[in-house]
Amino acid sequence: MLGLILRRLSISAVILLVVSMLVFVATLLLPGDPAQAILGQQATPERLEALREQMNLNDPFAQRYLHWLGGLFVGDFGVSAASGGSVAALLGDRIAASLVLMVAAAAISIPVGILVGTYSALRRGKAGDHAATGISLVLAALPDFVIGIALVTLFSTTVFTVLPSVTMAPPGEQVWDYPSQLILPVLTLVLVVMPYIIRMMRTTMIEVLDSGYVEMARLKGVPERQVIWRHALPHAIAPVAQVVAIQLAWLAGGIVVVEFLFRYPGVGQALVDAVTNRDVQVVQALAMLIAAVYVVVNLFADIVGIVTNPKLRTGGIR
Amino acid sequence: MTTIDTPTETIAAPPGLLRRIIRQRQARIGLAFTGIIVLVAVAGPLLLPWLTGYTSTEFTGRPFQPDGVFGTDNLGRDILSRFLDGGLTLLVFAALATALGMLLGTAAGMLAAYQGGKLDSIIMRGNDVLLALPQLVFALLAITVLGPQGWVVVLVIGITHAPRIARVTRSAASAVITEDFIRASEMYAVPRWKILLKDVLPNITGPLMVELGLRMTYSIAAIASLSFLGLGMQPPTADWGLMINENRIALTLQPWGVILPVLAIAILTVGSNLITDAVARASATVEESK
Repeated sequence: MLGLILRRLSISAVILLVVSMLVFVATLLLPGDPAQAILGQQATPERLEALREQMNLNDPFAQRYLHWLGGLFVGDFGVSAASGGSVAALLGDRIAASLVLMVAAAAISIPVGILVGTYSALRRGKAGDHAATGISLVLAALPDFVIGIALVTLFSTTVFTVLPSVTMAPPGEQVWDYPSQLILPVLTLVLVVMPYIIRMMRTTMIEVLDSGYVEMARLKGVPERQVIWRHALPHAIAPVAQVVAIQLAWLAGGIVVVEFLFRYPGVGQALVDAVTNRDVQVVQALAMLIAAVYVVVNLFADIVGIVTNPKLRTGGIR
Repeated sequence: MTTIDTPTETIAAPPGLLRRIIRQRQARIGLAFTGIIVLVAVAGPLLLPWLTGYTSTEFTGRPFQPDGVFGTDNLGRDILSRFLDGGLTLLVFAALATALGMLLGTAAGMLAAYQGGKLDSIIMRGNDVLLALPQLVFALLAITVLGPQGWVVVLVIGITHAPRIARVTRSAASAVITEDFIRASEMYAVPRWKILLKDVLPNITGPLMVELGLRMTYSIAAIASLSFLGLGMQPPTADWGLMINENRIALTLQPWGVILPVLAIAILTVGSNLITDAVARASATVEESK
């Protein structure tokens, strides 16, 4: 089992390395000179040359790549072409703000999704199940910004005006000091992520409920509550863990649109701004950051899968 | 009993699949939803000058006024005209991106499954790398480098769909490839591309159709999202995603500029998802009856 996990780990490392090359090649394709972009058209040739030297732009390509890659490990993401400041300073608070959003969305959507999916499976074919599957089918189809705007029109501008639709924390204060501003962005993410968890949970739960051991437990007179909580649910959770991981990984990219919609001062908003300004250093750093989250979450799900799967457990001994 | 039914079932499978899809109520609802929006998107630009009196980029008055049927937008253009003109590019781009993704994905998936060995692992490892970047982030990276242009959006959405489609194709095709009729074709020295096209492809249409529907839904969402972020279609083009971006500052004052395109995109994606779900159910029952 340990061997399998180590193999999986090394695959993830290689994938991240290739992604980093892919992301770095993007700089090469970009027309224009980063030093010129930072200093502007009026810069003197001497200053340009000095900055180029400082940014290592005169070095050969491979050396620049290694320098950039080494910088990623120690938190040095380079210099932003748009602001002239360091990318790490620009992103510091934003990473925390985005994590708050992701963790809150995951903490709500995973348990609620599992509960609704289980409920739906238990009431298979009845009205409650039809409502749950129908709503999750519709929600799964809707793009995230459509859900977000629907919530804004419902709760903040047109129907009820109870919740703020934009995040406006004064500079220096943290977003979580204003919990009411977090409600709509988090709710949007929850509604985007949850349908997949509900559907997967319902499918696996139905499979488990039809299985021999659940019938056995029922036949020998185990109370229904215990059948569900002790016998059925733990077996249905394992495949759902995969879907949960995919959804968590999706959150890493999905926050981009939601943050832009609610003007939330997080990583996603920074990414959109950077793309609009063609600020390559920032885009590269964020793409790597998001890819890293994505790969690590998937790795984690696979490890959970390896650990919980008895077949793979014995396979590792050989 | 089932053994006697089997041959007739498999022969009747192609027309049966379509009939099975249509027989479901949700497929009919989905078809109606998608049909309405496609009709609006296709007919809208044709009807434009005479139906509303304005073209989609003509200034008709002051911004955010209740003139006309649905008022004016952020620059004082007629919202209804822009709405009617704004769907076609989204649909065409989404269709092109999906087609590109399906083409690349099925080709790569079938090759990987049929060829096996080194080519298989190269293709699948390449997939893993592409899958390590979320679709939207990949698109944003490409747009940073190449600029927000139509072909960039289509290309990047198509390419990011391909690995996901390739995975499905590969697993579906590897079940077919062990069949005897493939062996027979190989013995007659039928060229490889012909085996893939004539023997393998027709036997994996079920999962591919599900994938087609799914990817179409995601393409629409992804392209509309990029336009919404201001990084897809560029002004002054009339486009649903862009309209939402332009008019959302006045959501309280003049909500139609946002609500119309949001509703259209919602109905379209829900419709195509309903169809996809119906196809998935229909092809699943075909599989079971085999």
